[in-house]
Amino acid sequence: MASTAAVPFWRAAGMTYITYSNICANLVRNCLKEPFKAEALNREKVHFSLSKWAGGKPEKPTLRSDTPGV
Amino acid sequence: MFRQASRLVSRSITAKSTTNRAFSTEVPSTIDSSFVEAWKKVAPNMDPPQTPSSFMKPRPSTASSIPTKLTVNFVLPYASELSGKEVDMVIIPATTGQMGVLPGHVPTIAELKPGIMSVHEGTDIKKYFVSSGFAFLHANSVADIIAVEAVPLENIDASQVQKGLAEFTQKLASATTDLEKAEAQIGVEVHSAMNAALSG
Repeated sequence: MASTAAVPFWRAAGMTYITYSNICANLVRNCLKEPFKAEALNREKVHFSLSKWAGGKPEKPTLRSDTPGV
Repeated sequence: MFRQASRLVSRSITAKSTTNRAFSTEVPSTIDSSFVEAWKKVAPNMDPPQTPSSFMKPRPSTASSIPTKLTVNFVLPYASELSGKEVDMVIIPATTGQMGVLPGHVPTIAELKPGIMSVHEGTDIKKYFVSSGFAFLHANSVADIIAVEAVPLENIDASQVQKGLAEFTQKLASATTDLEKAEAQIGVEVHSAMNAALSG
């Protein structure tokens, strides 16, 4: 009764479903015709700030953003 | 291990019959009256708190006879493409192949692969290319389809698709690590699906 169900190739390569799904979406967006492509690229923009915690205090945050300086 | 199985199974059955929770489609949106009374005793001037379910419309319950139309909710992260639309049939690109969904379809959760989804309403057929997602088909003939990216076929640029396909086929041949191979494979799949969608 071991669950050795066939895993999809991306799962076998260590990728999660979300990563797979986002890659698919990006590829589709890159193949759009012009006005739609610009709108779509807007949707891909990511902006987040990440800070590691050590000894109960957050260290200096790193900012990862497609719109730096915001 | 299996000696305990019958005991566990019977235990779960009896537990189920005592704590019989209704499906969300069957419970009307009632507010717990004993809670409200207790609240009023403690804080008579404040309204009792609302719960999320009081804001939601109750889902249509499972009809005893098969309804004539399928209600489709097709949502993307940034927009709700179709919301509560009544249609005759949808064909979704499940990983197991193109799946036709009619009203009264057996409840299913289907993972979608990159492909064409078509919505049939009378003689009207609307096609979208879906990048990936899930489709939840409920017993009450409501279909919830969620995708990350879905575009009408006219918006896809054929030359870019060809370029992408060639690029990823080449990457697949030259990939070394498992991860690179997987990414190249995804590229090939998505672009071939788009190619097939445009030509088919």
